[in-house]
Amino acid sequence: MKVAADIPSYVRCRHVCGASLAATRCFKFRKLVKEVSDEELFASGHRGCAGCGCTVAMRLALKVAGRNVIVTHATGCMEVISSPYPETAWRVPWIHVAFENSAAVASGVEAALRALGKKGIKVIAFGGDGGTVDIGFQALSGALERGHDFVYICYDNEAYMNTGIQRSGATPYGAATTTSPAGRVSFGNRTFKKDMPRIAAAHGIPYVATASVAFPLDYMEKVRKALSIEGPAYVHVHASCTPGWGIASEKSIEVARLAVDSGMWILYEIEHGKARVTYKPTVKRPVKEYLRMQKRFRHLSDEHIAVLQRYVDERWKEVFGED
Amino acid sequence: MPRRDVMHGSRAVAEAVRLCDVKVVAAYPITPQTHIVEDIAEMLANGEFDAEYIMVESEHSAMSACIGASATGARTFTATASQGLALMHEVLWIASGMRLPIVMVNANRALSAPINIWNDQSDSIAERDSGWVQIYVETAQEALDSVIQAYRIAEHEDVLLPVMVCMDGFVLTHTVEPVEVPDKEQVAEYLPELRLPHVLDPEKPVTMGALGDPNYYMECRKQQEIAMEHALRHAEQADEEFRGIFGRGYGLFEEYNMQDAEVVLVTMGSVAGTVKETIDMLGADVGLLRLRLFRPFPKEAVRRALSEAKVVNVIEKDVSVGFGEGALMTELKSVLYGSDVRVLGTVAGLGGRDITTEHVRQAIERAERALRGEKVEEVAWAGLKEEAL
Repeated sequence: MKVAADIPSYVRCRHVCGASLAATRCFKFRKLVKEVSDEELFASGHRGCAGCGCTVAMRLALKVAGRNVIVTHATGCMEVISSPYPETAWRVPWIHVAFENSAAVASGVEAALRALGKKGIKVIAFGGDGGTVDIGFQALSGALERGHDFVYICYDNEAYMNTGIQRSGATPYGAATTTSPAGRVSFGNRTFKKDMPRIAAAHGIPYVATASVAFPLDYMEKVRKALSIEGPAYVHVHASCTPGWGIASEKSIEVARLAVDSGMWILYEIEHGKARVTYKPTVKRPVKEYLRMQKRFRHLSDEHIAVLQRYVDERWKEVFGED
Repeated sequence: MPRRDVMHGSRAVAEAVRLCDVKVVAAYPITPQTHIVEDIAEMLANGEFDAEYIMVESEHSAMSACIGASATGARTFTATASQGLALMHEVLWIASGMRLPIVMVNANRALSAPINIWNDQSDSIAERDSGWVQIYVETAQEALDSVIQAYRIAEHEDVLLPVMVCMDGFVLTHTVEPVEVPDKEQVAEYLPELRLPHVLDPEKPVTMGALGDPNYYMECRKQQEIAMEHALRHAEQADEEFRGIFGRGYGLFEEYNMQDAEVVLVTMGSVAGTVKETIDMLGADVGLLRLRLFRPFPKEAVRRALSEAKVVNVIEKDVSVGFGEGALMTELKSVLYGSDVRVLGTVAGLGGRDITTEHVRQAIERAERALRGEKVEEVAWAGLKEEAL
């Protein structure tokens, strides 16, 4: 990947090495950028929406993985937009079977590679939030518990976007979806987001990380680590959805970044049981700013926004140890 | 040297899995399949053969893992029964649609509710449209031999379809019978190493499980149907070659006492033993056609075999609720459409109810009365307790 001449000031290396230098001046940042492959293994020309955050997650993960990988995929947006026969966006071996079994299929692939003595080939299983935290939960738990050497990447756009924006277990509090609409007597989704990364961590697997498509280097570094560690690894990447969140295409990354800067989504990793925050926002932005940018939250009253702010504050304090 | 031994039907299946040099086994325990997966685990624990054994958390994942492993190029095996097979339903269609030569043994067991662990064949009959080749066996020996044949059929480049070997739960899985275990070298001669035309391989990336829109979907289904036609031919060939090497074969169906028989009983699976016993006992001029290959259905051959028959009574362990008869009866009527053969049905043995020689005798008697032109019930339920209804 070429280092763009005008890397915006927000790309600070804090999330890479913790220094407060501007990213472009950070040695580690430059090294990472240089290491990233120019090769596009998730090809352009797929049918993803303009501004789709999830396709960014696919593309960057493959840049890190390289060619020597087999990808399994759950049914969902990324599967549909990338594989309408006879076209494919995948320049690596790729298999889609069903909605709830990406992790189980990956188990079979990984076992077969071992049985056939094929060494060095990595296995990545992709699933959306529905395919991971809801319908694919059991298959994922089984695969993590059995210790297969694979990386599961959940791209989380916080609802069933492929079928038309229905609520999932990863939908945040207050979000309006087509099955949790806001109405005269409803403020939208009544439940808080299922904390899937911590559930994954409870399996005692060697590596768990959260990431965001707005922090590409942080995400790629985590995918790299996940791939290099033997055994199961889980990466949960927060990924914006322009129609599902009700945002303009060009705002996709900006909104995803604000999710992190407001504390709605926190970037951390748990390596062999040791948790580490990988990015701490310099300024904690009010949740309201994040909500205001998205149609799905536009109906929320101050009262419900306050509920969300309290929820964020509690987690913020827990993670960062301050208000 | 082949080894003669006595063993449970389940053990015979495990021996077949060992002999076929299966590379990946993914399975979830369910009665009455458990002895199969236990015996495989024991063999692996003792180093009798080498395979990756994935102890998955559900049958859905068992089949999903088999799909992943098979797509990666490994010979793959699983076994299940009843609720487990039903849980797999979604992925069964995907395994066949993706043309993966997975072999599975189904230990036939009734479906809930009421929950019942005993034998009938409703579970696999319910999957008849899933695109799997289905073989129903009568003995432990046939179970062993059929698993070996199943890989041969499944992996043929003109076929590439998954195969389900159906054996009656408990009746076969848990019953000790004499079994000849073939020599591994002989099996290797019969069953070459698996070479699939397309596998998941970074050297040559392929996309599997793509979206097939209305422009492409129908052709995929038709290709499966064509593959089934090939499977019919290759099943016959696989059995003939098997006979050549191992000295025994089974055909697509078995004919017993069919010479000049005007009354023929048709059935599948282990109950054929009881039927033969009854025919011998009565010294009756009654034939038996035991269907072994249910999918693809050998329509032509069955039609020919029944061309001299006048009345057929189908004894089967399944019923299509709402249609009032078993699936085999319905299909046989379709196969014999336009002929003068009268088809009767006997629903028997549901949920493990014993099918006795008396039930078989009644089935024969009803067929004979029909032959004499008397009015008889189209479908009878053998051993039904009318007073309990």
